[in-house]
Amino acid sequence: MTSMMAGNTSTQRSSTATATGAAVEIDDVAVRFRTKKKDVTALTDVSLRIEPGEFVSIVGASGCGKSTLLKLVSGLLRPSSGQVRLHGEDVRGPRRDIGYVFQRAALLEWRSARRNILLQAEMRGMPRAQARERADELMAMTGLTGFEDAYPNELSGGMQQRVALCRALLHRPPVLLMDEPFGALDALTREQMNVELRRIWQETGTTVMLVTHSIAEAVYLANRVVVMTPRPGTIAELIDVDLPVERDYGKTMSEPEFARGTGRIRDLLGAASASD
Amino acid sequence: MAAQSATDELERTGSAGAVTARPRRGAGASLARFAQQTWRPVAVLAALVVIWWAVTAANLIKPYLVPSPGKTFDVILAQTGYFAHNTWITSYETILGFVIAIAVGVLSAVVMVYSPTVEKSLYPLLLFAQVIPKIAIAPLFVVWLGFGLSPKIVVAVLMAFFPIVISTVTGLKSIDPEMLQLSATMGAGAGKTFWKIRFPASLPHLFAGLKVAATMAVTGAVVGEFVGANEGLGYVILQANGNLDTPMLFAGLLIMSLLGVVLFVVVELLEYFVLPWHASRRTDAATTSL
Ligand SMILES: Nc1ncnc2c1ncn2[C@@H]1O[C@H](COP(=O)(O)OP(=O)(O)OP(=O)(O)O)[C@@H](O)[C@H]1O
Ligand SMILES: [Mg+2]
Repeated sequence: MTSMMAGNTSTQRSSTATATGAAVEIDDVAVRFRTKKKDVTALTDVSLRIEPGEFVSIVGASGCGKSTLLKLVSGLLRPSSGQVRLHGEDVRGPRRDIGYVFQRAALLEWRSARRNILLQAEMRGMPRAQARERADELMAMTGLTGFEDAYPNELSGGMQQRVALCRALLHRPPVLLMDEPFGALDALTREQMNVELRRIWQETGTTVMLVTHSIAEAVYLANRVVVMTPRPGTIAELIDVDLPVERDYGKTMSEPEFARGTGRIRDLLGAASASD
Repeated sequence: MAAQSATDELERTGSAGAVTARPRRGAGASLARFAQQTWRPVAVLAALVVIWWAVTAANLIKPYLVPSPGKTFDVILAQTGYFAHNTWITSYETILGFVIAIAVGVLSAVVMVYSPTVEKSLYPLLLFAQVIPKIAIAPLFVVWLGFGLSPKIVVAVLMAFFPIVISTVTGLKSIDPEMLQLSATMGAGAGKTFWKIRFPASLPHLFAGLKVAATMAVTGAVVGEFVGANEGLGYVILQANGNLDTPMLFAGLLIMSLLGVVLFVVVELLEYFVLPWHASRRTDAATTSL
């Protein structure tokens, strides 16, 4: 299993890597928003390099620029200064070689679960039969079998998030960006989604950037955790998580490395809020 | 026989159990729900007719002021051909005016939403056109377009146009910005984004405007007829008024209101079929229109 995983990741690497090799490169980026009342510096001095196949969590207080960071990587937002590169290419406008999961599921309420997922294929002009097959495969993988034809208002919050996740994965994006995707879920569903997400990541070898407010979630899922501090939003520390690739919810959480990681993040975030 | 019906029953409940996860959205279910929602207003309407009848039967009001329902219906039955023709004329003007208003209204709204420059220049003009009393400019259309149907259609368009533009603009603007960002990450162009996300999302607003516009179109057509016509329900009412023929006047009014209600219900039915997802949600909120 581990060797298969490694093979998977390496093919991913060779297929997406270009001259520089990194999946995501953020170089000394600053973002300022000009509003009528005042200028807000959302991000400053942010540099980050993410290798293909990495799983990076981003934590930080509300308003420290986590969403802004994801918008930069996806090209939905241009930096005021600095550079953002995806697979070695400058990000100039919205990128279509990513999958984006928003904080709210953002489903079209007039489309069934399956057709919401297939929106991705329709917009991209993917071959229909192939896309449908892939959608069914993803729905099976995320436990949505039997709800293919249900409408969003007939789905629970967790199911809606799973539909959004399937939609983001349909086109096998080399980079998956997730903005607090599980914020609205109850603890148990959230755990299940974490386990699922971890498995999907292992199976697909996608590079993941996940914004979360849960320190435990951040450490359980990631290879690295980006801890951010607000006003102005900047990266306080990058924490490596030296946990085995195969993780088990209960066991992983009782490991000393897990306690070290979460403890360090808590210290950093606590220090940030204390200095407020 | 009994056993047969028992298995039937079992099969039916069995299949009903299977669909609970995914409620059926068939036409039958929609119609049943529609009937369930409409019986109350229909009952109220019936009660009003009964009160009308009771008031006139008890001679509380002079018959030349308010005729009895019986007498009113008698007038309609005695001259069905006359009423049918004039109802057809007004319906024609109304529906044509309504359809033109939808086409022009939705199109202008789309242009306005996508071009702030156009919006800024067109909006004041639109408001100006809306605040001019239509009855005041209707004679002008008669001068320009003659006594035919076109001036009535124009007034109907003018009356129905405004709510459609406003509701469509509101609908198109109320799109969740995240939906548009999502579309951008899918590499979708403006056209696909409009047809697959923005326009369908605006439909609930559009339909709200259409319902108002439907009743406005009837008013517009009748106003046009008041100003200069030799046929149509507006003409019938004007004639009856001149002759102090209150049963005829009431008959005209009744049919005219009915025309408005029918058009409204048609729009509402259309909404049920076009937006099952939205209508079902509204049922939960227990808001009944009509
Ligand atoms: N479009 C905008 N215009 C003006 N200011 C903005 C805009 N978007 C974000 N900001 C500001 O930038 C800062 C960072 O916002 P961002 O949404 O990235 O925070 P966040 O870390 O995602 O917060 P949360 O955890 O609450 O989602 C905030 O102070 C916010 O007020
Ligand atoms: Mg955010």
